[in-house]
Amino acid sequence: MVSPLATRMDGVAHSVGAVTPQCARFTTPLPLACSATLDSFELAYETYGTLNSERSNAVLICHALNASHHVAGYYEDEPDNVGWWDNMVGPGKPLDTTRFFVVSVNNLGSCFGSSGPVSINPATGQPWGADFPLVTVEDWVDAQARLADYLGVSRWAAVMGGSLGGMQTLCWAIRYPMRLMHGLVIASAPKLSAENIAFNEVARQAILSDPDFFDGHYARYDTRPRRGLRVARMLGHITYLSGEQMEEKFGRQLREGLKFSFAPEFQIESYLRHQGEKFAGYFDANTYLRITKALDYFDPAAAHNGDLTKAMEDARCAFLVISFTTDWRFPSERSREIVRALIDNRRDVSYAEIDAPNGHDAFLHDDVQYHATVRTYYDRIAADLSEREATS
Amino acid sequence: MSNDFKNATTTKVRSDFSLIADWVMPGARVLDLGCSDGNLLAYLRRSRQATGYGIEISIEGVKASIANRVNVLQRDLEGGLADFSDGSFDCVILSQTLQAMHRLEALIESMLRVGREAIVTFPNFGHWSHRWQILRGRMPVSESLPYQWYNTPNIHLCTVQDFDYFLTKRGYRILARQVLADDEPVTFLPNVFGQLALYRFKKGDS
Repeated sequence: MVSPLATRMDGVAHSVGAVTPQCARFTTPLPLACSATLDSFELAYETYGTLNSERSNAVLICHALNASHHVAGYYEDEPDNVGWWDNMVGPGKPLDTTRFFVVSVNNLGSCFGSSGPVSINPATGQPWGADFPLVTVEDWVDAQARLADYLGVSRWAAVMGGSLGGMQTLCWAIRYPMRLMHGLVIASAPKLSAENIAFNEVARQAILSDPDFFDGHYARYDTRPRRGLRVARMLGHITYLSGEQMEEKFGRQLREGLKFSFAPEFQIESYLRHQGEKFAGYFDANTYLRITKALDYFDPAAAHNGDLTKAMEDARCAFLVISFTTDWRFPSERSREIVRALIDNRRDVSYAEIDAPNGHDAFLHDDVQYHATVRTYYDRIAADLSEREATS
Repeated sequence: MSNDFKNATTTKVRSDFSLIADWVMPGARVLDLGCSDGNLLAYLRRSRQATGYGIEISIEGVKASIANRVNVLQRDLEGGLADFSDGSFDCVILSQTLQAMHRLEALIESMLRVGREAIVTFPNFGHWSHRWQILRGRMPVSESLPYQWYNTPNIHLCTVQDFDYFLTKRGYRILARQVLADDEPVTFLPNVFGQLALYRFKKGDS
């Protein structure tokens, strides 16, 4: 592991090194959008960097569908388990952990340590399974605000997320306008389109129609709906890539020639099967159902007759909105809807449309211009922070 | 910094900045079309407490503007100004970008849809040095128009007289005009001796 000091001196980006996940327990009941209440809950999280004495340099990372609180670094006992946004977060990286205190949290209803379908329901002593309530983006953000209180962060220097994480950032800006200075909304949308919901529904049907699903109580039967999860992930994966990139990477390449069978023959088939298999091995089906529903439900404009400008009226933070040219899941036009609503409200907003080949997944890649744009934005935030420090 | 986000012309010092600032009301809402590195908006923020947005096509310009603490939106101006509501700005600026625009008439029209006033600056094609080079049989190349005929992005070159005629014919009302050469105002034969023209105008009926 390289010390932060060495990083500053050689100017090269490094990993945050070995990290340890933590868990915070909350015993004040959390009311949910579905009108149920969680009497108590736990949130798994990780932090990188150091909170300064003014407690002003904290940045929250919100994760997307299948990710977790493991954003950067690796685990001592699992050196290959590298965080999902390790190219973005670390010493000398665009979000520089030598300057910022970065917090990443696993959302409620997920399956990586926070309260969710695989955790124990305190009322029964059994795993929640299908009984865990359907949670929304608003519920997640409310829970994240509890974590902010717990960590002593009254205002984030920035909240940042890609895709569904970008929706959480928007939600923070609307719901807790005074608790963040900047919002970075990347490859996101103000709500899902009918087509987006359609894809989610097919993925859910794959799970719901798996004979091993048992109405969500598969744990009782000591099984898991692996086939459904596999198909759901295969479908999702197609929407994360661009057609162009898939063509370039796989084209019509065959593994061993045509065999007139339904075994995987084309490389793209075996790639998708591999992705599906991997995913079915670690992800929970009840979680997948819940997170896709949270995506479907998110629509802050709905309470204002579909008027996003009105919905964003209370937001006070400055925004950086980024989209990618080949993202057809959340195309640039969706990001521009957010930008337009912010302009109409005269908010500070910058928008970059990055020319990248990787489709929706581009937000996870280390494209040079994309990372340089994010880095420039964080440089500005850091400069603002040290200016304020100097004048106070 | 790469050359990508240079405007269609290059000038060492943007001598037009202080003149433009004189035409911008304190605290004005400003939209700068083709804002490049955001220097003009940063200057207007400092000198006039102006706020607003820049539009820039290149990612290099976007990054430079962000570093300048300027709100910048990456997009192609040829796509129009549909993202902006009617009358949402006090002033819309097109600084040394006009000569490279395809749909110029539509752009100027939408500038006065989203803004109360427009400020347009452009290199004067009528400058004597350009005339002289044409008389000698060559396409002009100068400090304000540094490109060769085969690689120039400038497709709508015009003279001071041309632009006067254009605004009058469209029924726009000229509020102020200034022509510069070597950073100094030109009053004698501006269409011959002026290098850079600056116009402030609005709709004729407003």
